[in-house]
Amino acid sequence: MENIITASGLQKSFGRTRALDGLDLEVRRGEVHGFLGPNGSGKTTTIRVLLGLLKADGGTAQLFGQDPWHDTTTLHRRLAYVPGDVTLWPNLSGGEVIDLLGRLRGGLDKKRRDELLERFALDPKKKGRAYSKGNRQKVGLVAALASNVELLLLDEPTSGLDPLMEEVFRQVVAEEQKRDGRTVLLSSHILSEVEALCDRVSIIRGGRTVETGTLTELRHLTRTTISADLANPPNGLADLPGVHDLQVDGSHVRFEVDTRMLDSALRELTSAGVRSLVSQPPTLEELFLRHYQTEGTR
Amino acid sequence: MNTLAGTGALIRLIVRRDRILMPIWVLFMAVIPLALLSSIKELVPTEAARQAYAAESFGNSTFVMLYGRVYDAGLGGLTFWRAGFSMLVVGLISLLMVIRHTRTEEEAGRRELVGSAVVGRHAGLAAALIATIGANLVLAVLVALGLMGQDLPAGGAFAFGLAWAAAGAMFAAVGALVAQLTEGAGAARGIGVTVAAVAFVLRAVGDVSGTGADPAWPSWLSPLGWTAQVHAFRDERWWIFALAVAFVAVLTAVAFVLQSRRDVAAGLLPPRLGPAEASPALRTPLALAWRLHRGTLLAWAAGFIALGAIFGGAAQTTQDMLADNPQLLEVFERMGGTSALSDLFIAATMSITALIASGYAVQAALRMRTEEAGLRLEPLLATGVGRLTWAASHLVFALLGPTLVMVAAGLTTGLTYGASIGDVGGQLPRGLAAALVQLPAVWVLAGLTAAIFGLLPRLAPAVAWSALGLCLFLGQLGAALQLSQAALDVSPFTHIPRVPGGDVSALPLVLLTAIAAALVVFGLAAFRRRDVPVT
Repeated sequence: MENIITASGLQKSFGRTRALDGLDLEVRRGEVHGFLGPNGSGKTTTIRVLLGLLKADGGTAQLFGQDPWHDTTTLHRRLAYVPGDVTLWPNLSGGEVIDLLGRLRGGLDKKRRDELLERFALDPKKKGRAYSKGNRQKVGLVAALASNVELLLLDEPTSGLDPLMEEVFRQVVAEEQKRDGRTVLLSSHILSEVEALCDRVSIIRGGRTVETGTLTELRHLTRTTISADLANPPNGLADLPGVHDLQVDGSHVRFEVDTRMLDSALRELTSAGVRSLVSQPPTLEELFLRHYQTEGTR
Repeated sequence: MNTLAGTGALIRLIVRRDRILMPIWVLFMAVIPLALLSSIKELVPTEAARQAYAAESFGNSTFVMLYGRVYDAGLGGLTFWRAGFSMLVVGLISLLMVIRHTRTEEEAGRRELVGSAVVGRHAGLAAALIATIGANLVLAVLVALGLMGQDLPAGGAFAFGLAWAAAGAMFAAVGALVAQLTEGAGAARGIGVTVAAVAFVLRAVGDVSGTGADPAWPSWLSPLGWTAQVHAFRDERWWIFALAVAFVAVLTAVAFVLQSRRDVAAGLLPPRLGPAEASPALRTPLALAWRLHRGTLLAWAAGFIALGAIFGGAAQTTQDMLADNPQLLEVFERMGGTSALSDLFIAATMSITALIASGYAVQAALRMRTEEAGLRLEPLLATGVGRLTWAASHLVFALLGPTLVMVAAGLTTGLTYGASIGDVGGQLPRGLAAALVQLPAVWVLAGLTAAIFGLLPRLAPAVAWSALGLCLFLGQLGAALQLSQAALDVSPFTHIPRVPGGDVSALPLVLLTAIAAALVVFGLAAFRRRDVPVT
């Protein structure tokens, strides 16, 4: 499948701070790609490099096969960007900003714009300085979503939105996906949002990509929690590779097992006779916490 | 809840935030009277020379307009008079300082955070006023001690220092008031500076049309007129300070009442709704820049039209003065006709006008930095807008904006002066030429701002305003301080030929324009290469 975004070995330092330290990222055409990482891990810096706003110190980045630093404006006509903190001109109305940004990109779908204003319940007549944080964010979202572009770069776009509006955002992006096959790079901390929308995710930490793949693939890298009542005491379970934190209480056992070793653990259980069994796949929270924590604290 | 709770802590916060800025301006202003005193001592060392200097200055409309009416030929009296313009500067600094710690804080949303702590409704405003007036009182004491150190009498020295502090305190109160009116700090600054300009013009008009040591009535409408009337070192009028205290008290009270009636972050002038859709014209960076600059530009143009009319009208009075003085008339006729004096006057006022216009040029060029630091540039550059196109859309205003306001001032000067002597056809082009010849120096300051913005964006505001301050300093005080020509040459305004009436050589104008162009090109090249946004 064709890559819309390809970055490999990206490096960027600000003074002594190393913001990107060999970051890799691949986003395929038509997918919603989740971009995750703790605060300060380099997500915004990556997006700014992809926009040609920052010049990378090393590594390569390509959008649509072109260099974002050199072919900046040509590329920008094909994409829309929503920063995590949309700031508006105090004396321009929200409607004016939406139209202006749309026109400066590849053009604006008027019908879509009005529909989105309706769905996000946004008053376009207010002046920039009068909007709350959440409403400023909506202005940026409507401007981006109503633009005729192939790629959306969204940097924590729903920060400040209420849960209702977050849901609207999810629906809109999912619909777009189905209809137009737009490519979306979505940086987010909201795991339910990522789970609902993203085909693949990349997790970064300390300016480096630590994991990339579909959510199913990532789940395979973590542990499943098993809790079971057995007919006989389990004998070989403690020695089985991949089994952790085993607690035996009479006939009841509880343990965590590396998901790829699940099969052999279950075989061991059935040989002891299973009366009841509860298996919990890792929650997303656990998945991400594992990756977010630094090496030292893990 | 006590509406002043937390004032002490907020005063400490202001002192902490301004721990560099405040000592700098206080010390800088405190040195000015000493510098002027020593230059007057050197320029006119004897009693007789001082009498002649006072008489000459008394009849010079430009001096009267800038500094006020001469009321005394003594060293102290001449120094106080000569420092008249500096009172406006003290006033402006105080005004901006109060707005900086009130409306700017509210607009940035920091006031809200502070207000959620145990802080009374009026604490922020009270703290800003107390800190600003306190700084002015420190300035007053420093000025007084400095002058007493030069063997001037203590009474006059304190009257001198307190007159300055009174000007500062009164404009601090003006700042407190205008900070209540608008939601944006920029608009509040605009209104405040306009008030200061009107106060200066009223004082100037009153002084130019006064008799003897006394100004005409317009001076009494202006706080700057009052402080000038303190007449330090000659029968000081202490009662004027009661006037100043009453002014501060009334304005502060009104500001407090206005503040009680509004919400945090809201202004008294209600924000209006805008259109739901952008007009078809709003589709380019230039159209956006026009929206962002137009209000300021039109306000400046209106101000410059008024300024030109005032200067043009005052030019006539220099002629009237000659009519009363046959010897002087003869001198000027030998020097090249009676028009020489008013020519000199127009050239001098245009030079000042150009310095003020540079303030607009710097402000318009710094808009680029404001946009970048406010994170509004980033989403724009993420569209199909190129960096150079965007920068050019703002530089149009930084370069052509001052041109427009100078042309406005030049035309109205020529028009009003021409009308007063019945020669509009002849004076209109002369006024225009006097304005146009100043432009290359203004462009150099705009170019410098663009260059720093490209190279060291964080330093751009500090460097650009300091450069303008240096030009103002060299132009206003350089000659009085007898600085070397090399030092004076640092200011681009030093190189502008005297028009009308002087010899015009094109070379300095061409060179200054070339320097301005080179600075702009350098700034754009640096901006294209650097990271955005630098915050």
